[in-house]
Amino acid sequence: MMQSSYVSPEQVMKDRADYARKGIARGRSLVAMSFDDGIAIVAENPSNTLHKVSEIYDRIGFAGVGRYNEFDQLRIAGIRHADMKGFAYSREDVDARSLANQYAQILGQTFTNEMKPMEVEILVAEIGDGPEDDQMFHILYDGTVDDESGFTVLGGDASAIAERMAEDFEVDRALSAAISAARTALAGPDRELEADDLEVAVLSRSNGRRTFKRIIGDELIGHLG
Amino acid sequence: MTIPFFAAGDDPGPDFAALIQATSRTGTEGISPASNIQPSGDDPINAGGLMIPHGTTCTAMKYTDGVVIAGDRRATSGNLISHRDMEKIFSTDKYSAMAIAGAAGPAIEMARLFQLQLEHYEKVEGRSLTLDGKANQLSGMIRQNLPAAMRGMAVVPLFAGFDERKETGRLFQFDVTGGRYEEREYGVTGSGSLHAATVVKLGYRIGQDRDAAVDLSLRALFHAADEDSATGLPDFLRKIYPIVATIDESGFNQVDDDEIEAKYEVFLEEIAQQGLPA
Repeated sequence: MMQSSYVSPEQVMKDRADYARKGIARGRSLVAMSFDDGIAIVAENPSNTLHKVSEIYDRIGFAGVGRYNEFDQLRIAGIRHADMKGFAYSREDVDARSLANQYAQILGQTFTNEMKPMEVEILVAEIGDGPEDDQMFHILYDGTVDDESGFTVLGGDASAIAERMAEDFEVDRALSAAISAARTALAGPDRELEADDLEVAVLSRSNGRRTFKRIIGDELIGHLG
Repeated sequence: MTIPFFAAGDDPGPDFAALIQATSRTGTEGISPASNIQPSGDDPINAGGLMIPHGTTCTAMKYTDGVVIAGDRRATSGNLISHRDMEKIFSTDKYSAMAIAGAAGPAIEMARLFQLQLEHYEKVEGRSLTLDGKANQLSGMIRQNLPAAMRGMAVVPLFAGFDERKETGRLFQFDVTGGRYEEREYGVTGSGSLHAATVVKLGYRIGQDRDAAVDLSLRALFHAADEDSATGLPDFLRKIYPIVATIDESGFNQVDDDEIEAKYEVFLEEIAQQGLPA
């Protein structure tokens, strides 16, 4: 006779969380922070084509760490959701909070019901009229949502990077200062990150309707000094 | 409204129109484009007994750095003016624009869907469509509107843009079946197009600069309005002037009303001196 072995729910959840955390820790981290004109997202990403940071809607940006195919699928679903919502209602009705909740539901459901959780951590960021109105939602592999202000770090090495970021963090600084601080925090004491190792994008209040812009090439080198 | 997910085989890719269809097929939510509306009857102005506003004359022409696209502001329902300040020029993305003529409702809806289609593609794919790709997309949307067009709700746009690869302005005309025709120098559409085309054809100079192209567009719209009751003259009382935009390396830029007003003042001065044949 087959003998079914009992595994406690606590153990199942713990195993899944460990699995997801391990997957996420294999990738590189990213930092998102407010600066004087919006939100800047700086990711350690040596690829020029497989983006971690991208545009969702006029004032909303997306960033993901962990398994590329999983967070890219979430990114596209988010763009679809936002574009359909904006088409059915109005562009102003598309907001980061509702999108973050939807993401949280999907990640939560996958975590509890599926064999394999998604090995991702994602960020949904939206800029407001001023730095105090900026919103950053950090969503974990199990659907936990954190509403962050100032800055947030995604990825396996998040706590160490967050500690370095917190050392001299200011909300109201210029973009160059913000990018440089993120580069230092991502690199840590033992290594240097160059422009080629970074993927940088901003949601900037001075960019018109579509606020998302990638900072690439000479412009990025200029900001890094 | 929930986040849409698809199985690998059903995924609509970067196509927004296909996404709408896919989501309404699964019954989650349906946003149906206006092209599904099909009034009966063949009277183009009074389709199915509904007085549907129609938009009228638009022009597009090349100049040294790009294209100028322009349109009057009048929409008519039968013999009545339904709108005096309608905008018929839509920036469809940074480097392209469309001018609409035909039934206003479906035309505006088409422009809105087309704008979104281009932006959606750009966001999903991480790069913009080529100008040819954009023109083909628009062609497909016009073709889908054919059943409505045959019942009097035709949409016949002009599409103009700056081709970043070829580093030149380009423009396209369409017919109601979605036929796509690239024009070398200029294109016109709408009820006053015959008169506007003559003015553009006679005034067009190969290698003309921006100023000359904007001026010629305004003159063409003036003469079209002078001959066609469904095209609006510049409204000096209400300060409603044609919408004129240039598209070049720097993208889409709308010409401001002050510049248009100044150009019309010069034009009116000429008429005061030379007269205007009736």
